[in-house]
Parts: sequence; C-alpha cells; structure tokens
Amino acid sequence: MRIACPYCGPRGLEEFLYHGDASVRRPEDGGAVPDQAWTDYVYLRENANGPHRELWYHHAGCHAWLVVTRDLRSHDILGVTAARDEA
Amino acid sequence: MTAHRLPAGGLIDRGRPLGFTFDGKRYQGFAGDTLASALLANDVRLVGRSFKYHRPRGLIAAGVEEPNALVELRSGGYREPNTRATVVELFEGLEARSQNRFPSLKFDLLGVNSLLAPLFAAGFYYKTFMWPASFWEKLYEPAIRRAAGLGRHSRQADPDTYEKSHEFCDVLVIGGGTSGIAAAREAAAAGARVILCDEGFAPLDLPDAANLSVFMRCTVFGVYDGGTYGAVQRLTDHLPASHPSARGGPRQRFMKIVADRSILASGAFERPMVFGYNDLPGIMLAGAVATYVTRYAVAPGTNAVIFLNHDDVVPNVQIMADAGIAITAIVDVRATSSEAVRVLSHRIQAPVFAGAVIDRAHGSTAVSGVDIIDARGTKISVPCDLVAMSGGWNPVLHLTSHLDGKPIWDEAIAAFVPGTLPHGMQVVGAAAGCGINANIQPLWLSGQHPAKSFVDFQNDVTARDLILAKQEGFAAVEHLKRYTTLGMATDQGKTSNVNGLAILATETGKTIPETGTTRFRPPYTPVALGVLAGPHRGKYFKPTRLTPTHDFAVANHATFVEAGLWLRARYFAQGTEDRRAAVFREVDAVRNGVGFCDVTTLGKIDIQGPDSVKFLEFVYANGWNDLAIGRVRYGLMLREDGFVMDDGTCARLGQQHFVMTTTTANAAKVMQHMEFCHQVLAPALDVCFVSVTDQWAQLAIAGPHARRVLQRLVDPPFDLSNDAFPHMAAAVPTICGGIAARLFRLSFSGELGYELAVPARYGNALAAQLMQTGADFNITPYGTEALGVMRIEKGHPAGPELNGQTTAHDLGLARLLSRKKDYVGRALAARPALTDPHRPTLVGLKPCDRRTILRAGSHLLRPEAALTAANDEGFVTSAIVSPTLGYPIALALLANGPARIGETIRVYDPIRNGDVLADIVAPVFHDPAGSRRHA
Ligand SMILES: [Zn+2]
Repeated sequence: MRIACPYCGPRGLEEFLYHGDASVRRPEDGGAVPDQAWTDYVYLRENANGPHRELWYHHAGCHAWLVVTRDLRSHDILGVTAARDEA
Repeated sequence: MTAHRLPAGGLIDRGRPLGFTFDGKRYQGFAGDTLASALLANDVRLVGRSFKYHRPRGLIAAGVEEPNALVELRSGGYREPNTRATVVELFEGLEARSQNRFPSLKFDLLGVNSLLAPLFAAGFYYKTFMWPASFWEKLYEPAIRRAAGLGRHSRQADPDTYEKSHEFCDVLVIGGGTSGIAAAREAAAAGARVILCDEGFAPLDLPDAANLSVFMRCTVFGVYDGGTYGAVQRLTDHLPASHPSARGGPRQRFMKIVADRSILASGAFERPMVFGYNDLPGIMLAGAVATYVTRYAVAPGTNAVIFLNHDDVVPNVQIMADAGIAITAIVDVRATSSEAVRVLSHRIQAPVFAGAVIDRAHGSTAVSGVDIIDARGTKISVPCDLVAMSGGWNPVLHLTSHLDGKPIWDEAIAAFVPGTLPHGMQVVGAAAGCGINANIQPLWLSGQHPAKSFVDFQNDVTARDLILAKQEGFAAVEHLKRYTTLGMATDQGKTSNVNGLAILATETGKTIPETGTTRFRPPYTPVALGVLAGPHRGKYFKPTRLTPTHDFAVANHATFVEAGLWLRARYFAQGTEDRRAAVFREVDAVRNGVGFCDVTTLGKIDIQGPDSVKFLEFVYANGWNDLAIGRVRYGLMLREDGFVMDDGTCARLGQQHFVMTTTTANAAKVMQHMEFCHQVLAPALDVCFVSVTDQWAQLAIAGPHARRVLQRLVDPPFDLSNDAFPHMAAAVPTICGGIAARLFRLSFSGELGYELAVPARYGNALAAQLMQTGADFNITPYGTEALGVMRIEKGHPAGPELNGQTTAHDLGLARLLSRKKDYVGRALAARPALTDPHRPTLVGLKPCDRRTILRAGSHLLRPEAALTAANDEGFVTSAIVSPTLGYPIALALLANGPARIGETIRVYDPIRNGDVLADIVAPVFHDPAGSRRHA
C-alpha cells in the first residue's frame, strides 16, 4: 500500500503507523465525569463496509498525523489530508 | 534409447558441455539446458516419486507449472528442496537429487503405498482424527509423516546472502513472451519508464534504452495495494559456487516494484488430459514436448501418441514430426476432426482417431502403450514411449486475482479469463485468453479408471478423490480444495485447478461458472524466506544505537545490555569481579562517594512556543502552570483510557521553553502521542516540539560528593550551592571552559544528584573528564544494573510497574491527578474500577527471614489461603538483593496494598520452587524521608 503524504509525497506503507477511526471526536466537557460519551470515544468503533476515515502517522517521515479516507473493501485510498487541517 | 538429444538445433551451446550429477550419477548437458532438458537428453525419464503413493513420475511440463520434477539442489547448508527441474539452469558441477523416495528412485519401498491407497483417499488427514488416539500417535502419524512429504530442510542456517531493492516505473511488463516484448517496446518508445520482468533466461529481443530495464530470472510473485508488486530476481542460482559472483555476492534480490501501470503478459499453461494411469513417465503436455524439441534440441521419445481436443496442438505436432518423432496415432476427442488436424495427419502420415479417447496408459516406470476407445467403442491398443496430450490452455491469471479479482469462465474457449483487475493492470496475449483453444471441445475425464486418473499430480489427487469428496458433502470448490488438497503446496494447482473443478461441476450437475473457482494468493511460485528477510538478520535484524559514552564504556570494560535498540553499559567489572560484586561496588560508590551513569537513552523532547504550558497541562496529569523558570517537575502521563502511559521530568528553561524526559522504552511512543495530542486533539495550540534524544549526551552524577566534583567542571560564576541550585533546579551553564550544557538537579538514586547534558559529541570526553576530575573521590562509573537496584531501593516505578495495566492509584501517584483541568486520560481514570482500593497497588516486600531471595513474577497469597488462582492477590514486579540494606527486597502490586503494611504475605513461585513469607512494607526502602537528595 502507498499513502500520499501531503508533505512528503507518496510513500510506502512501512513508513506509516495506523491509529484507527478518524471520525470519533473527543468530548469537550473537560473530562470531569467518565460518562458514556467518553467510553464511546475511547472504545466504540464502527466496522465500516466501505469508505472509512482513519488516522495514520508518518512515523518514518515527517511525523504528520494524516486523515486517510480508504475503502475497506478494496483498500482504495480516496483522499489524504493533514489531521491538523481537519479539526 | 527413448529420449535423446537431436543432432542439430535448439538454443543450446554445443561448444560448452557441462557436467552435473543427479542422485549421485554423473551426466553431461550443454550451456542453455535446464536440468530437466539435460536429464531428458540423457534418457532419464523417471525424476521423482509422488507425494502420497510414491508412484514413479516423470516430467510433464517444461516451465514453472511442472508438478512432478521437484528436486533438491546443492548440499550442506545450501541445500534447497522443492525446486522444479524445469526452471533450473544447468551449470558445471550442479548437484541435484530426487525427492520423496526411499531408499532409491528406482526401487522405492514405499511404492507399496499404492496398496495403501485407501489410507490416503480424499479427506484422509481429517478422517484420521476420528481414529483412536493411540493408533494415531503410534501408527498412523509416523507412517504418514514417513510417506508423505515434499523435500527435506537442511536444518542448518542459510549461508547465502540476499538483498532488497525498491524499483519505480511507469509501466511494469510481466512476462517476456511475444506479447510482453511488444508491450515493452511500445511503452519504451512512447517515453515511459519501463521495467520488464521475465522468469526465464532466454535472451529477449529488446532494444537498449535508458528508460527500459530488463530483469531476467525474475518472478513477479505478488500484487499488492497501491500499484506495488513483489518480485524475486535469482542472481547467482544459475552459477557454480566457484563463480566470482556466486562467492560473496547476493544469491537473490527481493524487489518491491511500484508501478503506475502493469501489463500482464504471463501466457497460458496447458491442461493435462485426465485418463487412466496418466501419471506414467513419458506422458507429457504437447507444448512441453515441442519446447524440448525447439529450445533444447531434445526429443522426449521416439513413438508418440497425440491426445487432443482443440487445434492449437497442430503446429506442435508438426514440430515433433519434423524432429523425427514418429506420430503413431492422433486421438481427437471431437467427433469430427477439424480441417487443421486432417491436413496435419495427411502431411505427417499419422492416423487420426476422431471422436475417440484414451482409456488408459500401460507401463511400469514409463509409458509403453495406450488403450484407445474409438468412436464406435472399440478398444485399440497402441504401443508408444511418449504421449503428447493437450486438453486446452489455461490463461496464467494468478496475478489478476491477488487483490480479490474473480476469474470469469469464457465458454467459447472453455477457460477462465481474468475478471476484475487490480488498478492499473492490463492483461495481454494468451493470459487474456487471446488466440487460444481454437475449436475446443472440452473433455474433463476420460476412460474408466478414475482411481488412477490423476488430476493434481503434485498432491496425488485423482478423479476418484473428487467424486468421493462430492459424495461426502464437500461440493463447494473451497471445501473441495481443503478436503482433497487439490491445488495446494508449491504448485498451487497450475495444471490441476480447472480440470478438478470441471470434474466437480460434472458430478454436481452444475455449470463451471456455477461451481466457481478458487482464487490465487501470493506467491505465484515459492519464495525463499531468506530473500524476504534480505540482509536484515542476526545482528542486522534491527539497528543498534550506541550511547555517546560507548567508547568510554568499552575502554572501561563495561558489560553491555540491550535496551530496545540501545546498547547500554550494564556494569563495569574490575579485575575478577562477577556481576554481583561489580553492582554492589557501584551502588556503594553512589551511596557513599560519587558515581556517574549515562542516561542519554531517556527520551528528550524540546518544547517551545507561547502555548507550551497549556500543552503540558493537556498531556500531563499533574499541573504545570506554577512551574518557575529554572525548575524541574516530575510528570505523569496517562493514556486516554486512564491507565499510566509514561513518567519522566520536565524542566522549564525559559518562559516558553521546556525540556521533557521520557523513559527509554517509551521515547518514540511518547513523541508519537504528543504529536497526536497536538495535531489531532489540540491543533490550535501554538507550540512546537522536537526530539533531541540524540543531540545531547546526558550523564547522571550522583552521591554525597557529586557537588564537589561538578564544581570543578562548571564554569564560574555559576553557583552550585544548595541555596542557589537546590533539588529540582535546572539551568544552562557552560562547563570546561565554554561548552554549552544543560544541568538538572535530579535524583533517581535518592542521593545528592545531578544530570548534566552536553552536545552529544562531547559524551566520551565528558566521561573521561569526570574520571579525571573525580579521581580523588574515587569517582565510579555505574551501569543500568546499579541504576535499577537503586531505583528499587527508592521505590521508583519503572518498566515492570509501568506495564500498561497500572493506574496512578496503583503506583501510589493518585495525588498527582489534577482536579482543576482537562488532560488526556482524566475522564476514564475516574472510573470506579480504576480507583478501587482493592486493585493491586504498589508496596514493598522484605522476606521475613531477611535471607531468602524474592523473584519477580511470584504470586502473593495470604499465608493461610489455599494455593489456588482464586486466592491470588497480586505479584512481585521487581526484586533484588539490596546492597544498601544487605538483604533481598522487592516491589509488588498487592490488592489493597497500602492498608496492609505490617502484615505478612506468602510469596509463591511454583515454577522456580519459591515459597517464602514476606513482610509488607512501604515501597521506599532507603532514606524514606528523602533528606539525602537535599544535601
Ligand atoms: Zn510525511
């Protein structure tokens, strides 16, 4: 697999680490109460049958966190953006 | 003489004879031969014994699809099993041996396995599990293991070397046949960067062009996501061991090829006919016979019967006839033979039996004749020493299905053709089903001998096995494969898959498209594990990081230990000291004099920017707002799930400038985590950070005399006094006359201590300078062992306690958890289960007798409790014999630990016969008041 890092260009899979679902959002309540929203954020993940937004880390490159949109059926990569631009 | 070398022709060099051995016997071939063609030229037709039944087998094919002629090459550690003789280039001195025979190829005692055939019928492996266990262990398993198998491992380390490369191109052409060459020429002429890989060694007619790279002896074995292809090039397999390139040079190269587009020109494999005793040596694919004639000038026989069901065979039969092979009969399955066959038969004066089939072959170790059943059902026996068969061609579409592409059945040519293709791939020529199987009339099973009609030669699967599998309910194609082993092993069904599933379709009354097909997985042909490892093995499996004081440590006789990628000094033995004596001496020096230790391996992260404090507040569980410039603070990091991730210190060097340390083990992980926190969770924060672990050599200088030694290094007017530079102070002085340094007053040992960092290039010099400057205090270098001993004496949690399953509460650090801010891990750390006092919590242990050693990993139970898992209350995490206390101590995680200080607990280690009572104590064994570090 190849990922087109917005900073480094297309690079081989071995340079990246996978981190999982990019669509989950950290609750913004300060974290005082460990409620369901927090449990969902940390533990609950969709098993998408199709396009999936996921986080990859260019650890052997520029250290950028990337949001990669990938079709989990075909492994086709549909888009790559820097995570900092997504927030 | 049956098979023989022709007097002229072929792509061999008759001026270069080559000697080789097969099963110890010497033979001669020519440059340009394969092992297979050279054996045939010497009339060696029996080349192996079959997998289960040990039946005599000969060559069927001339290329990679050969299922029978598996040989062992070379000897000693170089021995390699399961190589197809058809792809082995002959060289002077080649040693090859047949496989799977006992004691010799011609007199195989296990040939009696044919009598045991029912034992090996479809599903035999699964059925044996239903037999009584004692039978299985004592009788069947040894018998099956002895009888069935493919080749032997050398049981020695592979002495060859391998390499890896990355290649990039616009167009990758796979296969150097007519279609592949045409494609490569076109693409190169258009200006594209082209790579052509061909698995063979025949010279290709391609132009010399800078944008065209040709890799011979190179198999593209797999297709991967994103236009990535795996290939192996055999660099020296075709050379004698004495050849300069074979000595020292890599044997094979693993290539990752990245290509925008690929052209698959892999051609087609010919299908065998399935009839009785079709596995006898001398029964070959018609195209293979023609290849042996034209390329190698070898006639595999003298009297041939042709068995065909389509017209592609015609030119190949002409080639045989032109080479002087007498064509005794042409058996044409089709009721009305085609015009092409009729013309051929007339030209070569060979009788045609139209609408006929071969019922069976005769012969013991080679074919001696066949029984033909003609259109009227009459049996006609014809003597022959060669059967050239062709049931049609199968496109070689393996690579098209590696990414889940499903082949499609093309009724017109009775063959599977590529279906959905990997992105960027295009298939051309016979691989796409173009120009093959003219006027074909499929025939899947011929004659009345299904139990001896072989479908998969390599796995000894017969038509009867397939019929039986269907009767026993394994009628789905994927089940059929597993139940009968059809299409498994090194061969992957190259000659057998389509015949097998067509017979299944016939049995189930379904069409072939309804029956489906198994898909192929990489590798297309076997790949040596050594070439995938490449040079990354042994010492070079991973890089080694050396500390900036490594040379100093070597010169001072350090014994080293691996810590992740790092090589760290473990202890510095003097004279005849053993490890224990060295460690005790080093600890004594720090507790009572002064010592120093390289702590460079701790991760160092330099953090700058206006929002540095906000960022630290977010990543650490404790507070940072009030940390003054020139001060250091202990920091605790949690994961978002509330468990402890790492700990360390962070010093404030300026209003917007901090330097963080992490543990050695977690340095990269913490960096990644902080990048995540910044880029994903809090991108609005204006902060930058970078790892400076490698940039600074950092040495801990510890002991009651530490200040006196350091005083002599630090440039004036820097004031090291306790008032000016107290415990947990940080500064950026210069040392030794102007060298920039970072100085932290920190104590991991519990003694008066500093950590001094200088640019990494000064590491060895600083260590040498410390030895000289501190000589009158008998300054002592110490290693990780003494470091670890002293941290246990002080009860500092480290790797064994920061094990990913402990909380701040477990480690006695709950007071650090801020209640005033949001930070990573705050919410889930507050879950009741993570703060339950009954969780195993950090305590110290001392054996009641103050003598018996405690071992890490031992379990903790109440002294009166039964020795059951249900009564397990925790375990020992770290254990030493304390030089300072003079007896064994340990750190442990014990349920409700702090409330039980003063009680007695049983420390039980059933694996190493440990069973001792211990006092539960506070985890700080030395200087619990902490006054020494403030000295
Ligand atoms: Zn990058």
